[in-house]
Amino acid sequence: MGLLNLFRHPSFSHGIHPAYHKGATEAVPIRRLPFPELLVVPLSQHIGKPAIPVVKKGEEVVRGQPIAEADGFVSVPLHAPATGRVRNIDLMPTARGPKAPAIVLEVFGGSTQGVRWSHPRDPASMSHRELIRAVQDTGLVGLGGAAFPSHVKLSIPDEHTVATLVVNGCECEPYLTCDHRVMLEYTDDLIRGVQFAMQATDSERAIIGVEDNKMDAIAAIQAKLPGDGSIEVKAVETKYPQGSEKMLIKSVLGKEVPSGSIPAQIGVVVNNVGTLAALGRLLPRGEGLIERVITVTGPGVARPGNYLVALGTPIGFLLEQMGCCEGGRNEFVLGGPMMGPAVSSLDTPITKGTSGLLVLDEPELEAQAPPPIWPCIKCARCVDACPMHLNPSQLGLLAAKRTYDLMAERYHLNDCFECGCCSYVCPSNIPLVQYFRIAKAINREQAA
Amino acid sequence: MAKRPQIQLRTSPHAHAPDDVVIIMRNVVFALLPIAAWSVWLFGISVLALLATVTLTCLASERLFNWLGDRPGTLGDWSATITGLLLALSLPPGFPLWMGAVAGFIAIALGKALFGGLGMNVLNPALVGRAFVQAAFPVAITTWTPAFFAGRFGEFIPTTLTAPFMSPVPVDQWLQQVAVDAVSGATPLALSKFEGVRPPLQDLFIGTTNGSTGETAGLLILVCGLYLAFRRMLDWRIPVTIMAGVVLTDGAFYLLDPVAYPDPLFMLFSGGLMLGAWFMATDMVGSPVTPWGVVVFGLLIGFLTVIIRLFGGLTEGVMYAILLGNAATPLIEQITQPRVFGQKVGK
Repeated sequence: MGLLNLFRHPSFSHGIHPAYHKGATEAVPIRRLPFPELLVVPLSQHIGKPAIPVVKKGEEVVRGQPIAEADGFVSVPLHAPATGRVRNIDLMPTARGPKAPAIVLEVFGGSTQGVRWSHPRDPASMSHRELIRAVQDTGLVGLGGAAFPSHVKLSIPDEHTVATLVVNGCECEPYLTCDHRVMLEYTDDLIRGVQFAMQATDSERAIIGVEDNKMDAIAAIQAKLPGDGSIEVKAVETKYPQGSEKMLIKSVLGKEVPSGSIPAQIGVVVNNVGTLAALGRLLPRGEGLIERVITVTGPGVARPGNYLVALGTPIGFLLEQMGCCEGGRNEFVLGGPMMGPAVSSLDTPITKGTSGLLVLDEPELEAQAPPPIWPCIKCARCVDACPMHLNPSQLGLLAAKRTYDLMAERYHLNDCFECGCCSYVCPSNIPLVQYFRIAKAINREQAA
Repeated sequence: MAKRPQIQLRTSPHAHAPDDVVIIMRNVVFALLPIAAWSVWLFGISVLALLATVTLTCLASERLFNWLGDRPGTLGDWSATITGLLLALSLPPGFPLWMGAVAGFIAIALGKALFGGLGMNVLNPALVGRAFVQAAFPVAITTWTPAFFAGRFGEFIPTTLTAPFMSPVPVDQWLQQVAVDAVSGATPLALSKFEGVRPPLQDLFIGTTNGSTGETAGLLILVCGLYLAFRRMLDWRIPVTIMAGVVLTDGAFYLLDPVAYPDPLFMLFSGGLMLGAWFMATDMVGSPVTPWGVVVFGLLIGFLTVIIRLFGGLTEGVMYAILLGNAATPLIEQITQPRVFGQKVGK
């Protein structure tokens, strides 16, 4: 093993090599989609406090206009994704499960894709505080899936100094290709966004880490890099979960983020390529985040591809556009298959953190039919897969005994970031990561 | 979208690796088949009968305990088949069939069902069965018959068909009739230990020496083991560290006195070491899951094997070494928990 690593691009240890299924969409250029009749814009599409609506029922809005404001620092505003009228503010389905308040927008038939609201400005001349404020005004959050407000991530606490900005272009989840296309097609926006992020965090250098199954993206970025050498692109091994913050830092810098800390502790801040490309585009124009690139794919989709969609577009509308679902059972996953949640309603909207829509059709579901669960045979595949070097086998046995506190105290349950590698490899089909989610939730509840 | 689809809801991950328990176990069986076939070629129909008897007893016992425990049948997971094959391969070629059936029953009953079935056992079931008959039938389990005797496909070894609950007849006279080159009924390890005679290595490689049915062909076992290792259905670190443990321990003694102690290569390819290292110690259930635990486990078994072989009353030590290693596994896991990413050492 050790010897073979000499011939590979740098990586973290452990992890898995799932089937990637990226061929259907990786060469398909990003295309715009029309607006649906109704947009559902949840007030909470990010981590932190939900936004507060600033529009009323019946009010007319133009595309790009702010429709909700941030509630405090760890929160972001929302902007109207299309020109139309606010139908109401109501509880609507979300990817997370329970219904949540959302602004429902009736789109005018004549609404165009042009953005009607902006405040062009020059970020280079801004102070730190102004820059962070401007980032918050765009409503930008981590587009890789975490949906953590970008301006919070770029505000480095006073006790830390950041030397390196790591840009995450891994896209390690199977099926997804939207970041790949963004790197190829929005390269200029990306470089500009990287520079803004470096300015905001006072980073001396930036490293864009890209998995080595996207060498064309690496070449495209390399061709546009500024001459001063402040930004570099590094190929890393194609391996899941390479796109996890801590794994990528280990791969490109060889450093481990201490357990329970943020990367700033070791002088690093990580941002996703999609996020920074959006930053590079929105910040100089002073526009808000109203659309994003997603990958719509999977065996159940007739015309898979990468699409620029208005936030709030219900997935049912996307499926009509792509041609999908000849009856029968289907599973609709928001994001990639390893960590993405399946949704129970076709009215669920695309939000800021949605990177893809994966449709698994009946034959695919049959192929992975709920298998029998055998006892743990202690094959240690989970131990060899866990990127955090936990002992999922032991944790699984403890979870079956419901000793959740012991799991956290002695076996580092809280270091688990639920990547799902353990469940993926388990030959006994034990739902390990599912157990751990429950264990963590119960521990949280008991601590509260 | 003509009609609204039915919506399936599951929690992530929505993908799974292709291997499952049944596929892994089935491949272990496949890997054991060439070894079993070669042993039939070496020793004739007696071994065929022994393999069939022991394996069928194991399957029947497994089914019996499923039924007693009112649980669904577990024959489909192939683990009882593996236990039966391994057990039969570790018995002498002329082992009485009824004793083989006892070993098979004990292996499943005491080695597996008592602990709660697949995945719960502490010790390797096949070795539990073998340890039992080693204690119960000390003569029969040390009665060795040579490979390639004439008429091995036409007649049984006289001991094979011993009536149930009877002791086997002595084979000395029969051996005189069939023995190819008047070799006494002793294994290479016994010859080495008591008479200081060691057979040439090539005999050990292909298995033309005396010994248990499936343990004598060192090279064949190596090839079959490597097949599983390459398919990642066997942890290569275990046999490698066991062999390292043997070479290190025996090598030290050999360097001290090359006349009194056998050389490491002889140690590696004699007795049940290859079969034990590649197919018994690697039983996933009884070996540690932690990366360093595996290394400790292997070195411990290698060390114990050599110590028992050189200084114990028995000529062979692999079985007890692996059983002791199995017993030590929970402890080994405790002291070798992996260092969690981002944690300092010792936390």
